[in-house]
Amino acid sequence: MKIFDLIEETTSAISANKLRSGLTILGIVIGIGSVIAMISIGQGASGTIQSNIQAMGSNLITVMPGFQRTAGQMVMAGRGTAQTLTFEDSQAIEKEASYVQAVAPELSRRYQIVTKGANTNTQVVGTTPSYLSVRNVEIEQGSFISGQNVNNLAKVAVLGSTVRDDLFGEGANPVGETIRISGINFKVIGVTKSKGGTGFGSQDEMVFIPITTAQKFLAGSNYISTISVQAQNPQVMNQLKTEITSLLLQRHNISDPQLADFSVLSQEDILGAATSITNTMTVLLAAIAGISLVVGGIGIMNMMMTTVTERTREIGLKKAIGAKRSDINIQFLTEAVTLTFIGGFLGIILGWILAFGISTFGGITTKVSPFSIILAFSVSAIIGIGFGFWPAQKAAKLNPIEALRYE
Amino acid sequence: MIECRNIAKVFKTGEVETAALRGVSFSVQKGEFVAIIGPSGCGKSTLMHILGCLDTPTSGQYFFEREDVSKLSDDELAEIRKRKIGFVFQTFNLLPRATVLRNVALPLIYAGISEQKREEIAKSVLRDSAFPEEFWHHLSNQLSGGMMQRVAVARALVNDPLLILADEPTGNLDSKTGEQVLETFGSLNKQGRTIILVTHELYIAKMAQRIISLKDGQIISDTKNQKEKILKEIRE
Repeated sequence: MKIFDLIEETTSAISANKLRSGLTILGIVIGIGSVIAMISIGQGASGTIQSNIQAMGSNLITVMPGFQRTAGQMVMAGRGTAQTLTFEDSQAIEKEASYVQAVAPELSRRYQIVTKGANTNTQVVGTTPSYLSVRNVEIEQGSFISGQNVNNLAKVAVLGSTVRDDLFGEGANPVGETIRISGINFKVIGVTKSKGGTGFGSQDEMVFIPITTAQKFLAGSNYISTISVQAQNPQVMNQLKTEITSLLLQRHNISDPQLADFSVLSQEDILGAATSITNTMTVLLAAIAGISLVVGGIGIMNMMMTTVTERTREIGLKKAIGAKRSDINIQFLTEAVTLTFIGGFLGIILGWILAFGISTFGGITTKVSPFSIILAFSVSAIIGIGFGFWPAQKAAKLNPIEALRYE
Repeated sequence: MIECRNIAKVFKTGEVETAALRGVSFSVQKGEFVAIIGPSGCGKSTLMHILGCLDTPTSGQYFFEREDVSKLSDDELAEIRKRKIGFVFQTFNLLPRATVLRNVALPLIYAGISEQKREEIAKSVLRDSAFPEEFWHHLSNQLSGGMMQRVAVARALVNDPLLILADEPTGNLDSKTGEQVLETFGSLNKQGRTIILVTHELYIAKMAQRIISLKDGQIISDTKNQKEKILKEIRE
């Protein structure tokens, strides 16, 4: 039996009962469509998180107060509460560790910020001029905090673009204006360029002030909340991490690294943790969608079973005139696979439309990857073969004599 | 050409065993026209299935062109049916959604012949059997019973078989069209085809040169028939 005959046979069989074939295909369309849409949500989320983390700066190592757990690499939630890092620690890293490009200490806390006409509650970050290069921040209006500002404990502030929009209106130039942070007047000297992205520590929603000012006037202590260290290149990241760890252990007089009162994380570590979370989420979503795909597959099997029963006499005749088991088998398998392929193809289109709709109307970033399309296609092929196999076997094994007598 | 040696067939339904054939032996030469006759339940259908390689005997041997086919597998039997046997059924068994031409060409699909060649062969067979050309592209379920059986006969001939097996070919036809179909078998036999026809009607069996009577799974008579004489009788 030739390929062309097989195709012709399949087309005529599927079009013989268009409604039934259509409904069966619909099951697969919905299954594949939802798998693609769900994966696109998962991958969109992981893309967003990755770009957010990347936007934090390149070759970045973050030192945070807190404790490292003995088992695994998890960091205990101690950030902000534990006070173990000082401005001097960050200066020591800058001076003593090799491969350091720049070091930016940060002291951040939320404060109420008031202007004449508006007020907002946002993150105020005390830091040094190196923050610009370490965290990939660019200035849109005015200038950033200078070294002199830090030394003078100047009451100056640089606004994130969203904060500027909230307090002064979109696109306004606030340089020279005065804002009140926790009751203290600060002079606005600059605005940072928008980096996009929401949540997860978006720098557009922050206000930057000199770290010394933050320590003295706002926090009233010598401690800082994080130290961001930029390495010279990606190759020395691990080396720098070890160096920072031993340096800080020495400064804090801790002999056992297990008892360290801080943790050192590279961007890769954060990225890895975030990726594993979004991957789990993607798998979960896909698994839920996969259930509908299995239901669609059962629909295919159901239809093929009915078809085999309906066409028993035809199968009997074909066997009587010389069709082998394999001829009959391949005919019904082709039919099932064709159904799932049509369903898979339409499902990909549906999934794409769904993903587009979700990102347009739902505001969630989605991403349809070639991987999910390949996955959907191979899954639909496997479903066709898997769920078509039994009915095809049933047809192939029919006894021609009984099949011909079948009423 | 074919030879049966002591063929027996036993069907098992649960614990109950039914013997459909109990030791049938006969042989058929090339070019013969044989009728197998007997009341229903005598085993003639079972015998035809074995002769047509649709089934294998429980015991005994069946030689098709000196080859013992009684022990062959399903697929090997399919190969013999495809190349050497043409079937005509009581219920025609045409594909309802297919044209006359496609129905006739159907066996050639499984012989792996190209579509163009298939159409050529099917057309020449239809032409030889004087099937009116205006119906060639009709769907087979739009035809009358007689026409349908003629399509079925053409289909049986399309793979140029050594043996044509007909199971009650006139059972679903009125007597006039039935006669036409029988005449077709007569003329095919004259062209040198070997035909085995299974029926329970004596007047149909009398078309054949030789009549084998079955009863309770055994041959009770095997007689030569004088065809000319029979034909004369029918005409009168």
